[in-house]
Amino acid sequence: MLNHVHSVTNLGRSGVADWLIQRVSAVVMAAYLIFITVFFLTHPNVDYTLWSTLFHHTTMRLFSLLCLLALLGHAWVGIWTILTDYLKYPIARGALQSLIILAFIACLAWGIQTLWSV
Amino acid sequence: MTTKTYRFSIYRYNPECDVEPYMQDFSFEAPSTDMMLLDAIEHIKVQDETLTFRRSCREGVCGSDGMNINGKNGLACMTHVSGLKQPIVIRPLPGFPVVRDLVVDMTQFYKQYESIQPYLLNDTIAPAVERLQSPKDRAKLDGLYECILCACCSSSCPSFWWNPDKFVGPAGLLWAYRFLADSRDNATQARLGALDDPYSVFRCRSIMNCVQVCPKSLNPTKAIGKIRSMLLKEAV
Repeated sequence: MLNHVHSVTNLGRSGVADWLIQRVSAVVMAAYLIFITVFFLTHPNVDYTLWSTLFHHTTMRLFSLLCLLALLGHAWVGIWTILTDYLKYPIARGALQSLIILAFIACLAWGIQTLWSV
Repeated sequence: MTTKTYRFSIYRYNPECDVEPYMQDFSFEAPSTDMMLLDAIEHIKVQDETLTFRRSCREGVCGSDGMNINGKNGLACMTHVSGLKQPIVIRPLPGFPVVRDLVVDMTQFYKQYESIQPYLLNDTIAPAVERLQSPKDRAKLDGLYECILCACCSSSCPSFWWNPDKFVGPAGLLWAYRFLADSRDNATQARLGALDDPYSVFRCRSIMNCVQVCPKSLNPTKAIGKIRSMLLKEAV
């Protein structure tokens, strides 16, 4: 029989969950990208005042945070897959996975700080 | 009758006497009428009887002579020599341990097949004669039951190369769906439950190498998509 793995480092803890997270997060990021593109197209001369006004809206902050979460979740599903495909040495894989998870948490904290300090 | 020179470069490895594998060149003159690659390899075996390969039915039914032909997996008995660029480079199926020359150890492949329980599971009382199936339900098995387990698909799949002990592989998953789709099988929940981990099904990234090489023109990627949909419907 095959090894049925109970992985502890993949995001959704199951294949279906990871698959779903990757697709939903892709939709969120696509929506954000479309919004930002339309914003720049409809506002040719964006200055700091306009930019900070946009990000003063709680909705925009939440949308940006959602996009950041989607980006990190999407990236983690992909990176986890690549690491478990190509990195066969368990200690190196575990260490690199931990390091990347910690970096992602730091990125999230930094993102929140940035969004709420505009 | 005009003759033509056929040139080959064939992977050779005999672990009993070779330190490492090497490529050996062969050539022969034969009438320029078309022949199948298996006939050509049989011809080479007359020149060098140590050349080792598997073959049986020689008509694409047994699935024994799967090999890597000019970089693409296929059955030698179903491949026309005329369609191949010379010299024809023949290697064993990638991703499997080589036993000798073109013969590979397929134990892992059969373990994957075994893992999906490739037989009908039905705990209801068996009818007196047989479990009947409507023509409509029977039609759902078309494109699935024809698989001959030649391993051309799994052997061309990178996910199979990297995680053969955890990922079921395209052939195994095609068979998994063949039993999930069968109206006479009632172990759907248990079958799906065994496939829900991050490796068994979801290591498939839908690159469709399996579809490209299948000598029976089957579509494992489509079957895997159907399994994903079934898992998703159960999970959300």
